Amino acid sequence: MNDKPGWARRLIPLVYFSLLMLPIYWLINMSVRLTPDILTRLEIIPRHPTFENYLHIFRDRTWYITYWHSIEFVVLNVVISVGVALPAAYAFSRYRFLGDKQVFFWLLTNRMSPPAVFLLPFYQFYQSIGLFDTPLAVALAHCLFNVPLAVWILEGFMSGIPREIDETAALDGYSFPRFFMFIFLPLIRAGVGVTAFFCFMFSWVELLMASNLTSTDAKPIVSIMTRTESATGLDFGLLAASGVLTIVPGAIVIWFIRNNIAKGFALGRV
Amino acid sequence: MKPIRHSAWFMIMPVMIVLLFTAIIPLMTVVNYSVQDILGPTRRVFVGDEWFRDTLGDPNLQRALLRQLIFSSCVLIIEIPLGLGLALVMPRRGFAASAALVLLGMPLLIPWNVVGTIWQIFGRADVGLGGYFMNTVLGIPYNYALVPNDAWFTLLLLDVWHWTPLVVLLCYAGLRAIPDAFYQAAAVDGASTWSVFRFVQLPKLRGVLTIAILLRFMDSFVIYTEPLVLTGGGPGDTTTFLSQFLTKLAIGQFDVGPAAAFSLIYFLIILLFSWLFYTALAAQDPKDTPHAGEGA
Repeated sequence: MNDKPGWARRLIPLVYFSLLMLPIYWLINMSVRLTPDILTRLEIIPRHPTFENYLHIFRDRTWYITYWHSIEFVVLNVVISVGVALPAAYAFSRYRFLGDKQVFFWLLTNRMSPPAVFLLPFYQFYQSIGLFDTPLAVALAHCLFNVPLAVWILEGFMSGIPREIDETAALDGYSFPRFFMFIFLPLIRAGVGVTAFFCFMFSWVELLMASNLTSTDAKPIVSIMTRTESATGLDFGLLAASGVLTIVPGAIVIWFIRNNIAKGFALGRV
Repeated sequence: MKPIRHSAWFMIMPVMIVLLFTAIIPLMTVVNYSVQDILGPTRRVFVGDEWFRDTLGDPNLQRALLRQLIFSSCVLIIEIPLGLGLALVMPRRGFAASAALVLLGMPLLIPWNVVGTIWQIFGRADVGLGGYFMNTVLGIPYNYALVPNDAWFTLLLLDVWHWTPLVVLLCYAGLRAIPDAFYQAAAVDGASTWSVFRFVQLPKLRGVLTIAILLRFMDSFVIYTEPLVLTGGGPGDTTTFLSQFLTKLAIGQFDVGPAAAFSLIYFLIILLFSWLFYTALAAQDPKDTPHAGEGA
């Protein structure tokens, strides 16, 4: 490949990334200004930045508790998804069995299916068994697409480990559970991390289930932030600040998974 | 070749149990509703295919379906070539490459309703940079809340902003997997940039492009949150897509029968495309994975 970058190779990425970051910058810009100030004039660089909006969120329990609700169901979902997906992914990557291809395909259809289709049954099911408006309800609902995702990504990582390792461990007298826990898991720990990250992310960004399966006690931040309308109109500063806070988890860990990010989004297939 | 072991079913049992409650039972409930008219807690009547005929004949739904198809097509036509082109000029080595990956990942990790919020703010004529730029600097009247064309433009721009990085990431990962020897051979042959692209890079990118096209099609086909936040499906119903239509029918109006019938039709369309995806992947994947053709 041509190693000396021409003008196109320098300029196009620069322009593209500037445009990509511009809307995010604007959100941050508005989050450090108060709404009356925002409505007075457009400031490309805030002249009097303030953290008042953020402090408002951290002080008001009805605001910050919704972050806790989100974290609750997201963590529950990651634990369930990765937990049940590990043995299944191992089975798919190591053995052939009756109906393996069919089940693997069926998993995919669950990842692809519109959550809206499943919303009504979930809604009634959880109401009838008293799970409605609990973090567990949302966590289970998100398993619909996160369990298949976890199985596919983990299967991709596990298939990269040669089968000879399993056989050698068996010859050395390792029982299967010991082999799985102490030899196999450490080998694919990067894969487990990436899988957990993507389950976390897809559960964190989802709105339809999270907002429709909760009413008061378990409302997540993603559905509460739109309530910033008051008598004087939208409270832009507050809305922007709560938006910025939801971007933080992704922004913190993205550096660590940068080399596997394509693999995660492509269901472990790149 | 992988060994045959039917007892591996025990290992996939936990997944099956979780999905029994989150996928199988709900789907059977939908099937159940789609053929009944529920008049009360104890009275329900079997109505056969009535809901299906009603739903398919509903002009509102037909319009939503048409809008959905147009939207998904636009998304593919813009994002795939743009993503491929950008991947070709991304930095390949060192810190710049890492920074590019991180920046590309950013929009993908933002909650979908925050994406809607970002563009809702950005596009406003009074407080948004984008809207201000259009109206005041360029002098083009632009208001996504009132003018259907502007709403569509904003929504497409939002989707291009949000998801083109996914196409870039996939193509980029594909490009990095091409061994240097291929380029050296092409250089020896005196190949032009175009023929390197056409005969070396493009064939190697077939796999990732398949994934990109199908993921983008599927995800844009079930888009819900972004238009809901940005336009609420309006002005009128000009940006109401299938998922929002269905949610309104099911949770908003509790029209359980028609909603269920429509859900199944929606699901069948998705099933068809999932199958295409799976077949396309299986045809390309030489590995010993469950979806690879093993002639079993």
